[in-house]
Amino acid sequence: MSSQPTVSGSNDAILTRRSFFMKLGILFNGIVAAALAVPVVGFLLSSVMRGRGNGYLSWVSLGPVSQFPEGETRLTTFRNPNVMPTDGKTVDTACWVRHMAGDQFHIFAINCAHLGCPVRWFPQSGLFMCPCHGGVYYRDGARASGPPERGLFEYPYKIDNGLISIQAGELPTPGAATAALTEEKRPCA
Amino acid sequence: MRMISRIGDWFDRRLQLAAPIREAAEHPVPRNSASWWYVFGSAALTIFILQVVTGILLALIYVPSAAEAWNSLQALNHDVTLGWFIRALHGWGSNFMVAIVLIHMTQVFLFGAYKFPRELTWIVGVFLLLMTLGMAFSGQVMRFDQDAYWGLGIGASISSRIPIIGPAVVKLLLGGPIIAGATLSRFFAIHVFLIPGLLIAFVSLHLLMVLKLGINEWPMPGRLVRRATYESEYRELTKKDGAPFVPSAIWKDLFFAGLILLSIAACALYFGPFGPSGVPDPTIIQTVPKPDFFFLWLYALLSLLPPSLETPALLIGPVVVILALLLLPFLSGEGEKSWRRRPIAVLTVLLVAVTLGTFTHLAEFAPWSPHMNAWSGDPIPQQFLHGTTALERQGALVFQVKQCRNCHALGNSGGHRGPNLDSVAVRLTHDQLIRQVIQGGGNMPAYGKNLSPAETTALVAFLRTLHPPGQAPARDAARDLALGDAHEKGPAAQP
Repeated sequence: MSSQPTVSGSNDAILTRRSFFMKLGILFNGIVAAALAVPVVGFLLSSVMRGRGNGYLSWVSLGPVSQFPEGETRLTTFRNPNVMPTDGKTVDTACWVRHMAGDQFHIFAINCAHLGCPVRWFPQSGLFMCPCHGGVYYRDGARASGPPERGLFEYPYKIDNGLISIQAGELPTPGAATAALTEEKRPCA
Repeated sequence: MRMISRIGDWFDRRLQLAAPIREAAEHPVPRNSASWWYVFGSAALTIFILQVVTGILLALIYVPSAAEAWNSLQALNHDVTLGWFIRALHGWGSNFMVAIVLIHMTQVFLFGAYKFPRELTWIVGVFLLLMTLGMAFSGQVMRFDQDAYWGLGIGASISSRIPIIGPAVVKLLLGGPIIAGATLSRFFAIHVFLIPGLLIAFVSLHLLMVLKLGINEWPMPGRLVRRATYESEYRELTKKDGAPFVPSAIWKDLFFAGLILLSIAACALYFGPFGPSGVPDPTIIQTVPKPDFFFLWLYALLSLLPPSLETPALLIGPVVVILALLLLPFLSGEGEKSWRRRPIAVLTVLLVAVTLGTFTHLAEFAPWSPHMNAWSGDPIPQQFLHGTTALERQGALVFQVKQCRNCHALGNSGGHRGPNLDSVAVRLTHDQLIRQVIQGGGNMPAYGKNLSPAETTALVAFLRTLHPPGQAPARDAARDLALGDAHEKGPAAQP
């Protein structure tokens, strides 16, 4: 024990240098990890980043206005504007087109405003009914009864040369920015 | 024999695992813990191993692509030899795993095993429960059919309600703006790599702590846990009245695990695989999506909560429940372990069980969902049409055609969203019926814009006939006095 001090003193010096190098090594790895994290996080969040603003929305044609008789509500389908080769049938989406008169349309998302189940139109009673939790809507999409807190989601539409197009590309959900947008813009509620 | 032992020695010299394994196997457990109540943890582990094995087997055929998944499931069911059986084993294994994990957790809770020094074992267990539920949900997505598709839609709708970041969470969850190829690939990665990896790590940690801290002793009423003395008391107990885990306790685990595997195989053989139901084609809207058994209670809850409470309940409820589970060992880390002296613990378990059971039962016949085909499929029973006038029969027709039956039952056929109308005339007077039909209310849509005055007159005339024989329809006595009998003949006679 008595002969130790000098050795341990030199040991301490070595350890300090080595521990400095160890800390440097940790720091080095930390910097590399942080640099690598940027692309990793960028990749993970790519679906969110692309969707900022109206990144996913584009105009999709539903076909000629003439196929939607005035005064009727018809089911039609469109292909989502963003397609990947592995999507299969999931990119085909249905929507309800209500032709009121002339250029006046209501184009409703198929998804119930409660939890997104597909609503069905019953022309006899003039109601949309949801099979999941019993949400019911009137012909103009307004909430009639059941758990939904709001009316059906609507797609903005435009008519060019007798063709009707809607602005689509996102799953309509209660919190989506597009949902709030269409609710404000309802032409005649 | 000597050859085998020499090979064993050769390996152990290099691995040096024999001693720690022997030590772990023979660690003393309190003799009374070698009970049939202590077999659920090992059973859960056994099912997890079954799930890993059958999962790998399924992955040999399954294609995690939105375009191909459904077809590959059909191939598994019909073309690949015994593919249906492996799918059934995996599906039933999943149900059994959720059940056994819940039973294990209940037992641990009632036996006070989460108390000092096993708090962390419990907390890791809570995460294991959450991961098990995550596996059950993501597994339902792997069965990429209509239920999976619309189930994802429900998940997206719920996530979108999170304030501020909701829409971003939806896109992160779905891997894009809609439920599509990227969604399935994402859930495949979660189901096959992410959660199983975490499960293996957490199960190892959980087991390690069981070995290091020892299995919970049989709780004796009055024997209190104290931080200062528990560990030495436990050591004393295992020394005085302990037995080696192998073979004293493990034989019960082995028997139970075997029995559970056999039960899973029997269910798989008898009931077969789950689905897949229809093609996940969102243009097919003739579908009634329903979640798997262990999420049925949630399906019921989402129907029965008042709309204004739904979002807070969905977003705050899970946080509260998970926090309560995580904080439990800190709030009652000491004291009584035995359920005989913990009435509130027993009542909590009963309350949770009865609540979940009731919700699950309700969800099985879903009285809140309109019976979508009742108006075209269930004609009005004849007894309601005997001796009716032409006007009343016209009303019955209106009743049928306007889809009233989708929500209202007559003679037990039809929907249950609204009240049964067998004796509605006893409950509502003539004027109240008209008002209810035209203006709706009490969760009924207003039909004013959809019925002509003639249709309303006929419909109400029919509804007035719906009362039990010998019981007169409801009357507004004040009107009778004021108007005499005249107005009872119909609205046309009103002033």
